[in-house]
Amino acid sequence: MEKTWNNKAWFMVLPVLVLVAFSAVIPLMTVVNYSVQDTFGNNEFFWAGTDWFVETLESARFWDALIRNLIFSAIILTIQIPLGIVIALNMPKKGIGVPICLVLMALPLLIPWNVVGTIWQVFGRVDIGLLGRTLASLGINYNYVQNPLDAWITLIVMDVWHWTSLVVLLCYAGLVSIPDAYYQAAKIDGASRWSVFRYIQLPKMKRVLLIAFLLRFMDSFMIYTEPFVVTGGGPGNSTTFLSIDLVKMAIGQFDLGPAAALSIIYFLIILLLSWIFYTVMTTSDAQG
Amino acid sequence: MARINLEHIRHAYGAKPKSEADYALREVHHEWNDGGAYALLGPSGCGKTTLLNIISGLINPSEGRILFDGHDVTHFSTQERNIAQVFQFPVIYDTMTVYDNLAFPLRNRHVPEAEVDRRVKEIIEMTGLGGWAKKTARGLTADQKQKISLGRGLVRSDVSAILFDEPLTVIDPEMKWVLRSQIKRLHRQFGFTMVYVTHDQTEALTFADKVVVMYDGQIVQIGTPAELFERPRHTFVGYFIGSPGMNVLPAKIAGNTAAIGSESIALNFLPKIKSDAKTELGIRPEFVSLGREGMPIAITKVEDIGRHKIVRARFADLPISIIVDEDGEIPADPRVTFDPKAINIYADSWRVGEEV
Repeated sequence: MEKTWNNKAWFMVLPVLVLVAFSAVIPLMTVVNYSVQDTFGNNEFFWAGTDWFVETLESARFWDALIRNLIFSAIILTIQIPLGIVIALNMPKKGIGVPICLVLMALPLLIPWNVVGTIWQVFGRVDIGLLGRTLASLGINYNYVQNPLDAWITLIVMDVWHWTSLVVLLCYAGLVSIPDAYYQAAKIDGASRWSVFRYIQLPKMKRVLLIAFLLRFMDSFMIYTEPFVVTGGGPGNSTTFLSIDLVKMAIGQFDLGPAAALSIIYFLIILLLSWIFYTVMTTSDAQG
Repeated sequence: MARINLEHIRHAYGAKPKSEADYALREVHHEWNDGGAYALLGPSGCGKTTLLNIISGLINPSEGRILFDGHDVTHFSTQERNIAQVFQFPVIYDTMTVYDNLAFPLRNRHVPEAEVDRRVKEIIEMTGLGGWAKKTARGLTADQKQKISLGRGLVRSDVSAILFDEPLTVIDPEMKWVLRSQIKRLHRQFGFTMVYVTHDQTEALTFADKVVVMYDGQIVQIGTPAELFERPRHTFVGYFIGSPGMNVLPAKIAGNTAAIGSESIALNFLPKIKSDAKTELGIRPEFVSLGREGMPIAITKVEDIGRHKIVRARFADLPISIIVDEDGEIPADPRVTFDPKAINIYADSWRVGEEV
């Protein structure tokens, strides 16, 4: 097809470009700027080259936090994706139940992150929290302030409570788009419940599942507010994720150079992993 | 293959039907022959899909019984009834290959793999999908997809009946013709009982041995295409079948004379009519002859549609259509005569017979 070549289109894109430049590109460049320099205040900077990157990549602190992040995201995805699918499959398809379920599902998503953190921080407390006291009265030794395992369980349960809805809503949107004739045809073909899921529902949910998977991966990998509010990265360093470490470094210790280097590495890791997931999942889609 | 008996079937979608109007399907009571090809014909919302889904078991009728070969299957599930159904929009399992799609109904029924392979190959051969067997079904065109849906019905050799729910809606006109003759050939070859829902009269008339005309939740006539054309039992059948439909003119019947306005028409039989019934005279445009003799009409429009002309006119101040041959002349003072053999008399919309 013959295409008309002119530069008018740039005017259409310009507002977005300006917006993205101010909101993302320029701040990112200042981070790049910090990451290759050293400063002792007074607005004096010295060239540091790749020193901060090397230092970060060689520190055990970085690798420990990264591994915590990876484990956390892996657990989150393993729980939330299947759970989200199961809930979506069992939601009503018509009637008064639909709006009720949708509103209930959307509720956790509407609560601000730090409020979610505060809710669970109080909920789990052994002295006044409903969950903490109940468990204590049942004789279960639960204390997220002292026990790293309890802290992890609390964070995971909180995240599942907060974000599974997103997976549910996306899957549900995929499910309701399936025409009735598919289910009727499956009945006539004598398909089992599992076959219906495997050959009708799952293929139709594939696209939304890809989105759900990526969103949940990125969000869980970048998690900051909730662990910061609930555990503050503790006990010890057991729930210190990269984001928490980053803030400690940049604001607590005012190590701007290493913090900037860490930010860029962190950003590249998320970008790389998201790209890998996306490529793998869409390639398998194309092959069918 | 099976003979299907529908015994006093009624269906309402609401929980508690209060009046006759609440029923989507009112009183259907018929026997359909083993190996017959039936077309359910009617406008949208007449209950034809409801009736089809009742036969296939996707819907349980509110009242009545269904028998396959004399066995009551009313409460049987679709699988137990052993029915195949082809839907309006092609249903394919798009992650599977064409071969696996066709094999799916057999594998679900634990048919031995050697038998599956034999049947599937046969169907692929029959539907001309040979080159596609190993490809995923996703990339196919609408008519190829519909062939797969059809193939999944045919692959089970032991089905009681195959039901079609407007299966050619999404198919291109020229492919429609090909698929239609293919289905017809398969029907002749295998002799399965076939029920075919459509709102297209040409499709129904060319397809079926018996056409079941439905209107407003009931079956108004079951007949061969010729019967529907010559002796419509209900004025709706008259309107719906034929192009243009039958002329239905309000008439006063006295003895064997019908009076329309100031014109009176002699009938060749004595209709049996209750005194307070609303009476009408029906005559197909094909049996009205235009000439210099007979009753006067005023022509309003002449449509030339190729092999013949349709003359729209007013007769006794009522609209009437007349079919005239392509080279037939239209006189300056037009008059019409009705072929007495082709006149049908209706009382309260139902055709009446002769007084005995």
